[in-house]
Amino acid sequence: MAEAKMPLWEVFIRSRTGLAHRHVGSVHAADAEMALQAARDTYTRRGEGLSIWVVPSAAITASDPADKGPLFEPTASKIYRHPSFYEIPEEVGHM
Amino acid sequence: MTTIHLEETPHLTYVLRLADSALVLSHRLSEWCGHAPMLEEDLALTNIALDLLGQARLLYEHAAGLEGKGRSEDDYAYLRDAPQFKNLLICELPRGDFAFTIVRQTFFSAFFHPYWQLARGSTDRTLAAIAEKAEKEVAYHLRHAGAWLVRLGDGTEESRRRTLEALDTLWPYTGELFEVDEVGEAMIEAGIGPDPASIRPVFEDTLDRLFAEADLPRPAPTWMQTGGLRGVHTEHLGHMLAVMQHLPRAYPGARW
Repeated sequence: MAEAKMPLWEVFIRSRTGLAHRHVGSVHAADAEMALQAARDTYTRRGEGLSIWVVPSAAITASDPADKGPLFEPTASKIYRHPSFYEIPEEVGHM
Repeated sequence: MTTIHLEETPHLTYVLRLADSALVLSHRLSEWCGHAPMLEEDLALTNIALDLLGQARLLYEHAAGLEGKGRSEDDYAYLRDAPQFKNLLICELPRGDFAFTIVRQTFFSAFFHPYWQLARGSTDRTLAAIAEKAEKEVAYHLRHAGAWLVRLGDGTEESRRRTLEALDTLWPYTGELFEVDEVGEAMIEAGIGPDPASIRPVFEDTLDRLFAEADLPRPAPTWMQTGGLRGVHTEHLGHMLAVMQHLPRAYPGARW
């Protein structure tokens, strides 16, 4: 099947309980309308969804795995960015 | 296992016709499982098959209530022979290619969507409740098939050729959708079943819209096939039932 005729689409579903759409997988489809149908048939068979987004996979700009070092390693030494150094006074209770 | 014999009333016959059409078409669609042109369609077609199977089960259950002989839905599905099935002929034709399946599903859904919409007002409360559920399902079936019809008709040379062939084969089977015999008349009279004549304009509008978008010619008026509602079938139904009924007939009461 020619990729040009049946391009790949990324599927995002907002679940009953979720606030945001989450990436669930991808489908092949000729155009956006068919991609929505395919996503409905493939990923909402068990009542998972209330809303579907489809996005052409080609429209996604991805980071290069080779850039892993410069992109992500510098944060490893900045543990103070994690909100785990604060003592919450007893009287504040559950936050 | 021996074949069951029913004493049919018009009401029972009417409900069995609906149930048989849903079951037989469901089985034909299920034949795509593992064979569809792409994984997404494999799921889409079997989803539709399962919707129709669900409708058939509710309708057989209703038939069992009407008959009052303590039968189960399985008895109607597995223990009747071809001449006892009252499904529309269009449902029993072999699976065909993908274009054939899409054209059949378009015709069937373009009729049954407005049918179930009207049947929600049936004086038969159980049928009205089934209609409530079926209407939403068939609305999606029509959207699915319609979208494909447009893309196949206005697609490649091959998809268009196959779609035109399917239209030629299937159009003569659409007359049966609108057939009203004495059973149909009694049901319209009693407010149980909608009058197919009132469905005709909606059916024609749907086809006009889809055919225009697909750039397909509307099939010319022609001689129409008939017989399914009376149990007079094509050669294909018996073969289908042989496969479908083999297990419960060979091993009565089998469970797994």
